[in-house]
Amino acid sequence: MELHKLTLTEISKMISKDEVRPHEVIIDVFKRIQQVEPKVRAYITLTTDKAYEMAREAENAIFTGKKSLLTGIPIAVKDNICTKGILTTCASKILYNFYPPYESTVTSKLLRQKYILTGKTNMDEFAMGSSTENSGFHITKNPWDLDRVPGGSSGGSAAAVAADECIAALGSDTGGSIRQPASFCGVVGLKPTYGRVSRFGLVAFASSLDQIGPITKCVADAALMMNVISGHDPMDSTSAPIEATNFTEYIGQEVRGLKIGIPKEYFIEGMDEEVQERIKEAIKQLETLGCIPVEVSLPHTEYAVATYYIVATSEASSNLARYDGVKYGLRARGNDLLDMYLKTRSKGFGHEVKRRIMLGTYSLSAGYYDAYYKKALQVRTLIKRDFEKAFEDVDYIVTPTAPSPAFKIGEKIDDPLQMYLSDIFTISVNLAGVPAISIPCGFNNQGLPIGLQIIGKPFDEAGLLQLAYAYEQSTPWHKMKPNL
Amino acid sequence: MQYEAVIGLEVHAQLLTESKIFCSCSTQFGSEPNTQVCPVCLGMPGVLPVLNKKAVEYTIKTGLAMNCKITPYSRFARKNYFYPDLPKGYQISQYELPLCEDGFLEINVDGEKRKIRIKRIHLEEDAGKNIHDASGYSFVDFNRTGVPLMEIVSEPDIRSPKEASLYMKKLRTILRYLGVCDGNLEQGSLRCDANVSVRPVGSKEFGVKTEIKNINSFRFVEKALEYEIKRQIKLIERGEKIIQETRLWDAVTGTTQSMRSKEEAHDYRYFPEPDLVPVSVSEEWIEKIKTEMPELPDSKIDRLMKDYGLPLYDAEILTEEKALSEWFEEAVRLGGKPKEVANWIMVELLRILNEEGKEITESSLKPQQLVELLELVEKGTINRNTAKEVFEEVYKTGKSATAIVQEKGLTQISDDSILMEAIKEVIAKNPKEVERFKQGEEKLIGFFVGQVMKITKGKANPKMVNELVLKALKE
Repeated sequence: MELHKLTLTEISKMISKDEVRPHEVIIDVFKRIQQVEPKVRAYITLTTDKAYEMAREAENAIFTGKKSLLTGIPIAVKDNICTKGILTTCASKILYNFYPPYESTVTSKLLRQKYILTGKTNMDEFAMGSSTENSGFHITKNPWDLDRVPGGSSGGSAAAVAADECIAALGSDTGGSIRQPASFCGVVGLKPTYGRVSRFGLVAFASSLDQIGPITKCVADAALMMNVISGHDPMDSTSAPIEATNFTEYIGQEVRGLKIGIPKEYFIEGMDEEVQERIKEAIKQLETLGCIPVEVSLPHTEYAVATYYIVATSEASSNLARYDGVKYGLRARGNDLLDMYLKTRSKGFGHEVKRRIMLGTYSLSAGYYDAYYKKALQVRTLIKRDFEKAFEDVDYIVTPTAPSPAFKIGEKIDDPLQMYLSDIFTISVNLAGVPAISIPCGFNNQGLPIGLQIIGKPFDEAGLLQLAYAYEQSTPWHKMKPNL
Repeated sequence: MQYEAVIGLEVHAQLLTESKIFCSCSTQFGSEPNTQVCPVCLGMPGVLPVLNKKAVEYTIKTGLAMNCKITPYSRFARKNYFYPDLPKGYQISQYELPLCEDGFLEINVDGEKRKIRIKRIHLEEDAGKNIHDASGYSFVDFNRTGVPLMEIVSEPDIRSPKEASLYMKKLRTILRYLGVCDGNLEQGSLRCDANVSVRPVGSKEFGVKTEIKNINSFRFVEKALEYEIKRQIKLIERGEKIIQETRLWDAVTGTTQSMRSKEEAHDYRYFPEPDLVPVSVSEEWIEKIKTEMPELPDSKIDRLMKDYGLPLYDAEILTEEKALSEWFEEAVRLGGKPKEVANWIMVELLRILNEEGKEITESSLKPQQLVELLELVEKGTINRNTAKEVFEEVYKTGKSATAIVQEKGLTQISDDSILMEAIKEVIAKNPKEVERFKQGEEKLIGFFVGQVMKITKGKANPKMVNELVLKALKE
């Protein structure tokens, strides 16, 4: 049996019924990894030995009657989420040797469930990018077309899920980094409400935007993952004092009568025609399910990318100051302190990271702060209000996840502005702090997956999953697998 | 031309919380390097700060004691700069919306009260310490990293080094009363930077200021400022310009040296700390903190003068330390006469403690023991001189005054016949002095009394001896 092809929900059930043992699952998943990883290269680190050890622990837990939702489930974790004693690089040379002496809150929660870590997945360095080409180590390929990018920055996690190199994965989303790769790889990606999932142990890119979320093979799997990872964490002051819901309970409930907002600003000139068609079909499908489409306006959408690239880079310029060669990670030899700083950071950071540190440093500088950072915060508030206003009239907002399907490796790498625009539909969501999910909604004529984004009200992940599930179950897209 | 100085002080005070401001590491001073650290205070990737509420409470307490407005909605901000002792590459501090604003402190300058306005008090984290080895390597000790630090910024209301010193002392006293800072400049738990400029007396405009750093002892507050003021006046009189810059006080040479000019000043790129939510301080919280406030030195001085009839000088000394005033009041409560107790504390107790480098809290003498000693004097059991001797013994041995007086046979001789015998002996031995006394040299009375005391080994009741000698000589 090809266990690696199964969903989390399916495997969890089989383990419960004693139809399969975690050991068999992990053996099968690693067999799959051996076959396809040389082509896809989704991982930075494979934790094979550790995984078998964890499988044993999972079996012990099951044996002693302590099985929980994720017991024995092979899960891949993005390499910017700290795992105690396991290399955590953020795909940066500056952290090439960093073994955190602590565990992130999300993986602590997974550990309590006795999950199995398959490995740490590739990403754009420090989550800065939309194609995973900015990894300091290697490029990850899109399982649907190995000449194309898997999206980013959680490209490794999305590719690993799509290629069945794990059963589910964790990613992080600052401006679309879960949803855009999920859409490029034909899988499900959820960015929770800011504050829903603890950021403790997530290496910060932009603290006010970062959020960890699941990348899975289907919506029900995302709900299961959310059941475990969400909830208040005293270690993260920005985590909301709201306890986790049982998201799975909402799966399968009626969606008839829900009002679906279609923001006119998201259907723009020059957008990929096939993407536009698939989204229109998806909206039709939602209508068939009884949802009511309503046109809404998010008038400040056009400022979202500019706002994002000021807020995110400003925070990043500060967050990345700690990589100075003094305490951990790379240290280049220098003649004096300043020389050591300069050489370490010159060698350790890639182009895109340097570009963003410079942008952010500039925005925060004396004399520019008001014109850039402060202005951006004001626009951010306006964008947030756009959503609040729209949500007075509708229950959910539906948009494409990305303006195009996966692009070719190298196609946009020399044109940062084009690259930044691939997040045009996802960025506002982070600025507003609201939750959003990307689910497969069909393919273009080259067989590349296209993603539908559903945006919800703050802390309405349950409803979001409910609607996404209803759509997913009425379409065949989530059952499609790439040919590898 | 006459010049006056314009001084503003920025004082950093380490708070006496048990744990650091953003993690649970201990704040204890003097441990082995890097033994009081964790991923959070080391600024490792992915960790997040969690605010220590006690530190906020201590800052509010200080703000209330310094008559500040407490900001209902306060924010933390990041101050960005690179330095090895700053593990995150930024310091979590406050910029806009500090916890406390617009207060004042009163100092007493030669009997005249002066109000020094407090601009703001904010909360931030301390940095670590760089250690430079003889081997040429530098090391960093992160034990101090994340110790809560309060920055108290005065308005430029201070006009002389002496006022600056009085302000610092007053500030230190208040912090110690509140129990929020131990006020130790030498160990760095209290640090002082000064902004100094000079201007012709009568001028309303400010001169170009310099910032003096590294003033790490009370002795140096005045010295450093005096030096800098003189330096600036000299420059002006020579027709030279004062450069706005940061200068470092060098205690060895007694001078200030240029550290960096305004052009080289850091751009700290302050922005709101996204990892922390704003601190909201409710009225109820402020009220609760108010009920926990101790009586502060100013009102205590007034009360000691009013309730016990002490002169200002005594009240000021006794209130310099909260524990000292408490010691005093306990002794009075146990029956000591206030002025007597005050005298003994100021003359004897503080002298011994000072010699031993001890705090009042470390005193082996308890109020009860002093009161017992004073009772012996009052009753005439011992005289004052003997009492000093007994005091030292009580302090050293911890025995009661009564026991020591008995053991050493120090009871005062108040028996007429014994005293007269001694007086007769003295008169018989010193006929010349008797003659001179009788011819009007009355100050010789002291000589006779002294001789009697000598014979009685100091135990004679001096008042009685005085009377009896006079009587005997005039006969």
